[in-house]
Amino acid sequence: MFGKKNKLNYKKIVDIVNPNSSILDLGTGEGTLLKMLIDEKKCTGLGIEINQHLVIKSLEKGLSVIQGNLDEGLNMFEDKQFDYAILNQTLQSVQKPDFVICEMLRVAKKVIISFPNFAYYKVRFYLFFKGKMPKSKMLPYEWYNTPNIHLLTVEDFFEFCKLRNIKILNSIYMQSGKICNYINKTLANMLSEEVIFICSC
Amino acid sequence: MNNNVKNKKIVTLENYILNHSFKLESGEILEDVNIAYETYGNLNSSKDNAILVFHALTGDAHAAFYNHETDKKPGWWDDMIGSGKAFDTDKYFIVCSNILGGCKGTTGPSSINPRTNKPYGLSFPIYTIDDAVRLQKELVDYLGIKKLIAAGGSMGGMMAQSWAIMYPDMVKGCIIIASTSRLSPQAIAFNAVGRNAILSDEDFNNGDYYEKEHPEKGLSIARMVGHITYLCEEAMKNKFGRQFLNQNKENEIVSGIRNFDFQADFKVESYLHYQGQSFVNRFDANSYLYITKAVDYFDLTYKYGTLKDAFKNTQAKFLVISFSSDWLFTTSQSKEIVEALVKTNKNVSFCEIESPCGHDAFLLEFEAQTKIIKGFLFDLESV
Repeated sequence: MFGKKNKLNYKKIVDIVNPNSSILDLGTGEGTLLKMLIDEKKCTGLGIEINQHLVIKSLEKGLSVIQGNLDEGLNMFEDKQFDYAILNQTLQSVQKPDFVICEMLRVAKKVIISFPNFAYYKVRFYLFFKGKMPKSKMLPYEWYNTPNIHLLTVEDFFEFCKLRNIKILNSIYMQSGKICNYINKTLANMLSEEVIFICSC
Repeated sequence: MNNNVKNKKIVTLENYILNHSFKLESGEILEDVNIAYETYGNLNSSKDNAILVFHALTGDAHAAFYNHETDKKPGWWDDMIGSGKAFDTDKYFIVCSNILGGCKGTTGPSSINPRTNKPYGLSFPIYTIDDAVRLQKELVDYLGIKKLIAAGGSMGGMMAQSWAIMYPDMVKGCIIIASTSRLSPQAIAFNAVGRNAILSDEDFNNGDYYEKEHPEKGLSIARMVGHITYLCEEAMKNKFGRQFLNQNKENEIVSGIRNFDFQADFKVESYLHYQGQSFVNRFDANSYLYITKAVDYFDLTYKYGTLKDAFKNTQAKFLVISFSSDWLFTTSQSKEIVEALVKTNKNVSFCEIESPCGHDAFLLEFEAQTKIIKGFLFDLESV
């Protein structure tokens, strides 16, 4: 539904999560990440997925999944019911990203959000030189069929969190699936292809 | 008990008669209560591989296989129960019993009252879904089952919920399909129309009709109303459209031929007539009154204060399934159950299956259901 998820970042997210945590995985897809967290980190987990066929695929893995639309909110969950809420490569596809992030911060102690960085230098060059909507491995769609309706940059996310007093506990910048460290945010915004943020409020 | 005869799996309806009296929620007492049931597969030595399957409003204990070699149709959920199917008889011991107050073997209004030696008729006490569940518990104990999975659609989903709530130590899995924690007023209204049709039939005779003409007109109208609620606009459109019946040439549909009288003109009319007529041959009007009343009364929120309180002591893993075009037991009603379970930190999965078949979908859409249920049961086994 939301495009091919980068399997490399699954491992990074699994590394971040503390063992035995309770997880709410939003936009769980086929449940690959959730299954890894349960198998490798002994987590308990619940997935939310909008697409019936993906719900069935997750259920076939023996996962607990609830079919639902993130844009309708998470009101079936209590405040701070989970240790982590995860939104992996899905933020840019929801109708109301701000609302979804607020809901995640309400139901979980920590949230993990990953997204493709639209300020990545190759994306910038693509637009600058070709004058067309950028396409890449992470953004494989045409402008007219992309589910990525709210593309954003690392800088956008920092600004968003500052405005809403959201604490960024950790940030992981990645290029070609490898973790990279940058001396400042400007470089991070320029050179990272994909980012993972761990936030709380 | 079942054995394979010429590829048709044969199953025999069995009976278990309680050797003690059975007290209902109303305080009324029934004697010599019989439970009619069928079983498929074998109970393991630790007696924990049982799946209780519950039938819907007008169903019966014959859930799968054939009763006789000459039978044309197998049981009502044969697509789901059997070797390698969703409810795999190679792994599980599957039990289905006829509901209390039914007319397919279990004691009901058409049974002989041992005190009077006449059929109960309307002297049969009003009972609840919980009463029906407690009666099944007698059967489960008799069969020696220690742990079980409860599964059912529609009214059967109500029974599954009650099992998980009333016997939390026994129920390790609960599958609730196209069901609700309480009927919508709209659904109660349709049941009321059905009951009114029966009660106002001149042959009803206050429920005492067993040696006379049965209230067939009333019962068949009740069934016709029921069938409208089991379908949906899209299903009716797909199934019948506005097609006319050609009275002269059977089975041939020619559009535009009108009788200009009040006979059935449209295919949809004759379908409803057929459903009504075939129903009176297999169902008892009094049972219809009692069972619909039990379903109307079923209300977990009313009984436990809140839905969360209803489920708070359950230990089962839950699976809730709804169908997109079901307007009798809606997706939002299923979601209410899911929300209560999530808020009480229960293990629950939910899937809304896309289907144009209305409420009937739970008996038809077995492919998607099989995948979902197999995954759910696979995880339960690994616990």
